[in-house]
Amino acid sequence: MAANAIERQFAVEQLLARYAQALDGDALESWPDFFVEQGRYRILTAENYSQGLPLPLVQADSRAMLRDRVAALRHANIYEAQHYRHVVSCTVVEKVDAQTVTAVSNFMVARIMHDGATTLFATGRYLDRIRLSNDAAEAKFEERLVILDSSRIDTLLAIPL
Amino acid sequence: MNTTASPSAAAPPRAWPAEGLTRVPYWVYQDEAIYAREQEKIFRGASWSFLCLDAELPGPNTYRTSDIGDMPVVVTRDAEGVLHAFENRCAHRGALLALKRSGEAKEIACIYHNWTYDLKGNLQGVAFRRGVAGKGGMPADAKPECNAPRKLRLELYHGVVFGTLSDQTPPMEEYLGPEVAAKFKRVMNRPVKPLGGYTQILNSNWKLYLENVKDSYHASLLHLFFAKFRINRLTHKGGVLVGGDGGSHVSFSHEGTSSGNEYEKAGLRSAAGGFTLEAPQLVASVDEWGDGGTIQILGMFPGFVLQQIKNCLAVRRVVPRGVNQTELLWTVFGYADDDEAMLQRRLLQANLIGPAGFISMEDGAATGFVQRGVAGAHDYNSFVEMGGAGVASDESRVTETSVRGFWQAWRRRMEM
Ligand code: FES
Ligand SMILES: [Fe+2]
Repeated sequence: MAANAIERQFAVEQLLARYAQALDGDALESWPDFFVEQGRYRILTAENYSQGLPLPLVQADSRAMLRDRVAALRHANIYEAQHYRHVVSCTVVEKVDAQTVTAVSNFMVARIMHDGATTLFATGRYLDRIRLSNDAAEAKFEERLVILDSSRIDTLLAIPL
Repeated sequence: MNTTASPSAAAPPRAWPAEGLTRVPYWVYQDEAIYAREQEKIFRGASWSFLCLDAELPGPNTYRTSDIGDMPVVVTRDAEGVLHAFENRCAHRGALLALKRSGEAKEIACIYHNWTYDLKGNLQGVAFRRGVAGKGGMPADAKPECNAPRKLRLELYHGVVFGTLSDQTPPMEEYLGPEVAAKFKRVMNRPVKPLGGYTQILNSNWKLYLENVKDSYHASLLHLFFAKFRINRLTHKGGVLVGGDGGSHVSFSHEGTSSGNEYEKAGLRSAAGGFTLEAPQLVASVDEWGDGGTIQILGMFPGFVLQQIKNCLAVRRVVPRGVNQTELLWTVFGYADDDEAMLQRRLLQANLIGPAGFISMEDGAATGFVQRGVAGAHDYNSFVEMGGAGVASDESRVTETSVRGFWQAWRRRMEM
């Protein structure tokens, strides 16, 4: 039996919460597993997005590309020790078909540097397309589009949003 | 009589180290008097500032805001399609004229008291100039037009709009020098199409970013992504060309010409590991120019970068925002005649660049590390002797020749 609206909402919010906890807890290796095999992840600025300009800050078209980014962050890229604190809210879920929903959420991300300096690093929206199992027990991103409210990025954006 | 010397006549606030271009004093990144002098002598002096791409003003009656150092400017395309640029400052009491990043307009009206300007920057209308019902208004002999925003001299150089306030700035071709100009034209060889942009905030003096761009030595030492995947090592064929008065340069490399394991022999950090991409299509490029050139970074004094990294093309605009903050504005573009596959290739390769770029994210931090590192060392110097003491083109990229070239251009304009 297909999931009802409450079950869908719960499944989506669980996915969003687990995703945020994984990134904030430095479990980057589990990040690709939140996506289906051909899942797509992009970060765009709202300014580009609203003008139909396609330039991404980050784009991955598969789990393999997400794993490459994790490998680069772990072994190649150099950045000062830092972590994020995500706050995700106002999730609106719309049913597409029995297995698919879209979801829009707001996020705020604080960045905490190793010396304790804390800034509001990014705010924006997640535009998600999510695949649910029949009973909504399992949920994965088919697409996660991160729309940054601001076009300004302080210093660098290493850890994913 | 006013005997106060004008700022331009003021003596240099500091003296350069006796060693010359192989030493860069750390006060240069931290001194407010130096910053003010740079605004006048460099940005508002005989230099070309990159304003925008021609393609970013898509039709008649459009405008775009930009900067010449601290000075805000408006770039317009008038009804006849002609480009103009002028200071973004109202003749009346100095308010910004254009507030948005870009837009469409037949004229520009100041928001404060509604004075209006045509797209050439001429003051056209003063609200209630003759007063109301014979009362108020401006004296008949008042000439507010004399206080109009300054107009820029423009050069549209192969699809890129440059502006200057000086009559002395030599034409772009000469300003770049013939070798660097040829590399400019190699990339800007046909109409381009903007794909979007973003702004990276650098917590450092603007010159640290230019030095970074001109420092071909750091490329595969700091940016381990390329080295680990053997995409660009200094052992690949390449070189550095320096042009103009030292302020323009291009560094370039060709793929697949690595001669061996120099990095491993030297025991360098960037040689460790060596792993492969699961999704190598991210760096799969095509040779668009038929010359095998995979990377070409062109930097032009004071704050312009034209980048070709594989099939990822971008211009970068470096805008000082005080002694220790800089905005780096990226505009990524393709060609107007790109097919869908090429567009997708460029977008995927955009993963390499910008604040989240596999090969460029470190630059945003590195300039800040220097700014923080030199905080207590105003009277100490950096040590810039890779490749000797000269300013000349070099077949090796293990050189700081174009960094010295940057300082040569800087010192000449600063008269220091
Ligand atoms: S400041 Fe522009 S009209 Fe008064
Ligand atoms: Fe770099």
